[in-house]
Amino acid sequence: MTQQKSFQTELIKGLWRENPVFVAVLGLCPALAVTNSLANGLAMGLATLAVLVGSSCLVSGLRHFIPKPVRISVFILIIATFVTAVDYVLAATLPDIHKELGAFISLIVVNCLILGRQESFASKNPMWLSIADAAGMGGGFTLALVMIGGVREVLGSGSILGFPLFSDDFVPWVVMVMPPGGFFTMGLLLLIMAFVTENRRRKT
Amino acid sequence: MSHFLWIFVSAAVINNFTLSYFLGLCPFFGVSGRLDTALRMGFANLFVLTITSFCAWFLNVFVLVHAPYLRLISFIFVIASSVQLVEMIIKKTSPALFRALGIFLPLITTNCAILGLALFQTNRDYSLMEGLVFAWGAGVGLTLALVIMAGIRVEVSMQDVPKLIRGAALNFIIAGMLSLAFMGFAGLFSQ
Repeated sequence: MTQQKSFQTELIKGLWRENPVFVAVLGLCPALAVTNSLANGLAMGLATLAVLVGSSCLVSGLRHFIPKPVRISVFILIIATFVTAVDYVLAATLPDIHKELGAFISLIVVNCLILGRQESFASKNPMWLSIADAAGMGGGFTLALVMIGGVREVLGSGSILGFPLFSDDFVPWVVMVMPPGGFFTMGLLLLIMAFVTENRRRKT
Repeated sequence: MSHFLWIFVSAAVINNFTLSYFLGLCPFFGVSGRLDTALRMGFANLFVLTITSFCAWFLNVFVLVHAPYLRLISFIFVIASSVQLVEMIIKKTSPALFRALGIFLPLITTNCAILGLALFQTNRDYSLMEGLVFAWGAGVGLTLALVIMAGIRVEVSMQDVPKLIRGAALNFIIAGMLSLAFMGFAGLFSQ
């Protein structure tokens, strides 16, 4: 691979072309579990983004000192430290959202997206590229969560960010804010993605 | 007695880990292509969940009272290392069991269902016995979801499904239907 890695390409690839949720289908548990409203999706996305950037930065800074055989444990230790910090910060600043997300903030530790980025990118690349990669992937994750959360909130509660969208005679599709709605929304969005990709491939 | 039954049924079907908490989705979609692997994965999960429940209870009672901020880190490390230890013991004592569960054990140690169980158990202040029953319920629930999913996917793979929807999108929609069906269990108990 002679392709020059630049800050911009690393930053942009995670947002859409290699979107962690829609293309790589990683980090599904939080992507579906907490996205019953746009605000929750956004909070979860930003929390994950913060953990991802923090741990990528530290892992790539320490990459020459981490012994290969125990690297996974070290990554998990670093990630868990950042998650604990984010957990406490959220509890102190946004107690309502923290209560709503509950155990899922702690479960960021086992989000395969974060460990995957450490293993495949941050542990092999210089710090500023790793930060770009983490910010891009975290941004893409947040984008996906906001999309899922948005669709579910509009259909399930008939509102967006708490503001009602429709007139009073709109009957909300309650199922969309319940667990099955998460699966359906995700399946639908993946179907649309597949449709768009297929169309583009046919044109070229 | 009915208290334990309630915990078990609640974890197994009403609040099924996979279908209503979205925990452990990666193995749910990853290994549900075939019925026998799904079943083994389910049993491996049940096994690890039991160990996890015990470890989490031990840590909560004896260690974390003094340092609650270390909860997450210690959970992950203790669970991962105890699973590894048990894996080695099984390998020595019962090669047949090891072959059946073997490859799945390291995979599921850092699965969200496992850590999720430890965290829920802590949040709900379960005693040792309650925790173990909760773990068995969750394990049975995961196995049930995996096996049903695998059965449906095997059937679907023989049908003439449009190419566009094949793969991930179809799996999600099937899972959605299953989740819808499991919602029906919510009226099982009135509490």
